[in-house]
Amino acid sequence: MSTPVLKVKDYTIEFWVDGTWYPAAIDMNFELQAGKTLAIVGESGSGKSTTALGVMSLLASNARTYGSVQVKGVEMVGTSAGHLQKYRGKEVAYIFQEPMTALNPVYTIGAQIIETLRTHFDLGPKEARTRAIELISMVDIPNPEQSVDKYPHQLSGGQRQRAMIAQALACDPALLIADEPTTALDVTVQAEILDLMRDLRSKLNSAILLITHDMGVVADMADEILVMKDGRTVEHGSADQIFNNPQHPYTKELLAAVPVLGTSPKRSLSYSESAKPAPVLNLEDVTIEYPKRGRVPAFTAVKNLSLQIYPGEIVGLVGESGSGKTTVGRASIGLLPIKSGKLEVVGHDISHASQKDLQKIRRHTGIVFQDPASSLNPRLPIGESIGEPIFLAGLAKGADLARKVEDLLDQVELPRSYRNRYPHELSGGQRQRVGIARALALTPDLMIADEPTSALDVSVQARFLELFQDLQQKLQFACLFISHDLAVVDILSHRVAVMQNGELVEQGDRDLILKNPQMAYTQRLIAAVPVPNPAEQEKRRVARLASK
Amino acid sequence: MSIFKRKRSVEVVSGDIANREVEGLSQGQIVRRRFIRHRGAMISLIVLVAVILFVFSALDFQLFFIKYHGWWKYSFTDQPEIRTQGCPGGLGGCPTLSLNPFGAFGLGDHPFGQDDIGRDYFALVMRGAQRSILVMFIIGIVGGIVGTVIGAISGFYRGWTDSILMRFTDFIITIPSVIIGSVIGYHFGNLGVTFLALYLGLFAWTGLSRLVRGEFLSLREREFVDAAKVAGATNRRIIFKHILPNAVGVIIVSVTLIMSGAILLETALSYLGFGVVAPDVSLGLLISQYQDSFSSRPWLFWYPGIFIILIALTVNFIGDGLRDAFDPRQRRRISRKERSAERKVANA
Repeated sequence: MSTPVLKVKDYTIEFWVDGTWYPAAIDMNFELQAGKTLAIVGESGSGKSTTALGVMSLLASNARTYGSVQVKGVEMVGTSAGHLQKYRGKEVAYIFQEPMTALNPVYTIGAQIIETLRTHFDLGPKEARTRAIELISMVDIPNPEQSVDKYPHQLSGGQRQRAMIAQALACDPALLIADEPTTALDVTVQAEILDLMRDLRSKLNSAILLITHDMGVVADMADEILVMKDGRTVEHGSADQIFNNPQHPYTKELLAAVPVLGTSPKRSLSYSESAKPAPVLNLEDVTIEYPKRGRVPAFTAVKNLSLQIYPGEIVGLVGESGSGKTTVGRASIGLLPIKSGKLEVVGHDISHASQKDLQKIRRHTGIVFQDPASSLNPRLPIGESIGEPIFLAGLAKGADLARKVEDLLDQVELPRSYRNRYPHELSGGQRQRVGIARALALTPDLMIADEPTSALDVSVQARFLELFQDLQQKLQFACLFISHDLAVVDILSHRVAVMQNGELVEQGDRDLILKNPQMAYTQRLIAAVPVPNPAEQEKRRVARLASK
Repeated sequence: MSIFKRKRSVEVVSGDIANREVEGLSQGQIVRRRFIRHRGAMISLIVLVAVILFVFSALDFQLFFIKYHGWWKYSFTDQPEIRTQGCPGGLGGCPTLSLNPFGAFGLGDHPFGQDDIGRDYFALVMRGAQRSILVMFIIGIVGGIVGTVIGAISGFYRGWTDSILMRFTDFIITIPSVIIGSVIGYHFGNLGVTFLALYLGLFAWTGLSRLVRGEFLSLREREFVDAAKVAGATNRRIIFKHILPNAVGVIIVSVTLIMSGAILLETALSYLGFGVVAPDVSLGLLISQYQDSFSSRPWLFWYPGIFIILIALTVNFIGDGLRDAFDPRQRRRISRKERSAERKVANA
């Protein structure tokens, strides 16, 4: 066997925090051959990104490492910065999660690719530019001649990620380290980026170290899989073996937690289709516009949208980013004014309601926000955040309020003692539970859930969805569930609505939409969802590429 | 020390290691811990408190009906006889303070010397430092309150409220503070140092209000503000209960900067003759009165100067420490000393 591109042996990374060394990755052992993909999977905080950064010693200054990392047989641990510099970018290139922050906003993408090229090769500015254009066309960014002079903000999310890949590929690296390369992207764009990476791997014969928490992406890309938990390797094997015959209970648990499209049972309502009660949320022909600000023209985010939600019903609203999903959610609760049409919540028209009326109507509603880190006031203990709606509605005070808060914490299965904790002390999943407890504080008739699971790990997400279903079963609130994840919507909703560019493309019964979509856009959306099964995913990929 | 023990820990770490440092602490506790670790700021805080206690306890003062008797024998208005004994070049009133441990170590009768008419210069400097510190705190508090309110309102309401308030701020910024100070000093200097400081404070808030406005603009877009709105919170509650506590870092830091600027402003104004007026004294006034004596009797220059530097420097350092403590992005790095101590244990 030839020398592996990457050989990691007994590699341990520890961080010095507050007077103690905490291990982030313990005794890592793996090898990676040219042209192969190794995926490291695990939950956030399991040490997968740390390991990836450790390969090229890109760790924070409070880290120390043991063991050995060899790139093409050359030792990297404990070598000088100059030595590492020769390998960074040239032999080992990185693709990061968030292209907007990984690309420098004040330079054109061309300039950034040229910089990489001229650091490692003896190239003149003209030749470097020619090569940059070549690279940009290789990653399929349209109009490479013009795109080379574009700034990151002028490109879409997918194009930015392509530009990052172009920069990473500038020196034909032997090893490409992709740290959650598609997490920030829509499913359709994700599928394209994965196609591109697979394509380039076969063209350049690079090895890819893929870091991700998405089992669908892993199934799509990986030859070998390494499962990590709390800094340790839990299981290591071929993709086929891990997916079809997992040995370790944690791997099994992880795979079981991944929601799979079209496997959850149909959810039924307590009333028949013919005897529907009055809708809780009624949008008729609603148009929402962001007014013009200075020279920025007005932007119509939602056009002529009609949607009804009936008591006890969960409606999943799906679509790509920028399709206006969140705008609909925020308008439904009176956080955004609507330009025309009719918007009724629990029988009250809120399109022309005064602040006072709005506050009354809001007692029937609750909202769970997307980002649990930002939706809780960092300076308030969570008990106060949860109790605020009750306090402001004048329903309870003092000891009475404390009791209600404890009840709510019980409902979302958090210990009562958490009442006095601050948001930063909780994990993402716990914070999102607090968000739900707050939304449930006034026992609402209508709940708006804006991507509540997008910031959570799969296993946390699975628990969260279970809890959410239980609560909905018990309290029977109607819910507008906004998500880009079709599998999650599949589990929860009775009905599904699909949005594209501010317009409702399709809506109807869950099974009707997800199993037999009529519109091309919905079909594309569903085809792009990766399935956590390598064989199945292969079939779907072939089908998708054939239909192009 | 146990914390330096190398720990090949077997314990399983769950969750984010980066958050380990702040586990189980409130925001206030985190800030306090970080501040205490900032050595320069802690030393400065101790020095500043010591200077304040020293300066205010030295002389007699009367607060309403409480009379306090200072530990120093002269007051700043006493005029004892000018001492000429032992002074170089036949000059009168040289300092008797001697720090030479082998010679005549001790304070003597007039440690900082005497001025032209025999007043004890130590008492004068103490009185001057008192005035300066008083001015510093009043300007800091007044400027802090005005700046926070204006910044908060324009950042939260945006639109035309913001435009009017910010153009007003621009207008205040365009007037040099020394000129405003001179005019105020000229008209109100005789009302006493407290009024002077109050009026100066009304012009010292511009930078702070800009910063607070920026902070409010970004905080009001955070989801917890929406959550509060949905919960039925009024604008006032959102501003004071939800946003302001999150902006307190910015406010405290820039108030310390206003304070260190204030002490220099007061000094400059008094030096120009528009600040504190005789018979009261301030550090700037002392320097200005004796600027002619710089070459012949330099101590009349040094001692007030040392106090100005001491106060301005410590306040600045404290501000710097607070800024670091409030900055959530700043992680404590492992220091060289700790690294080497750790290595020693590892090798042993």
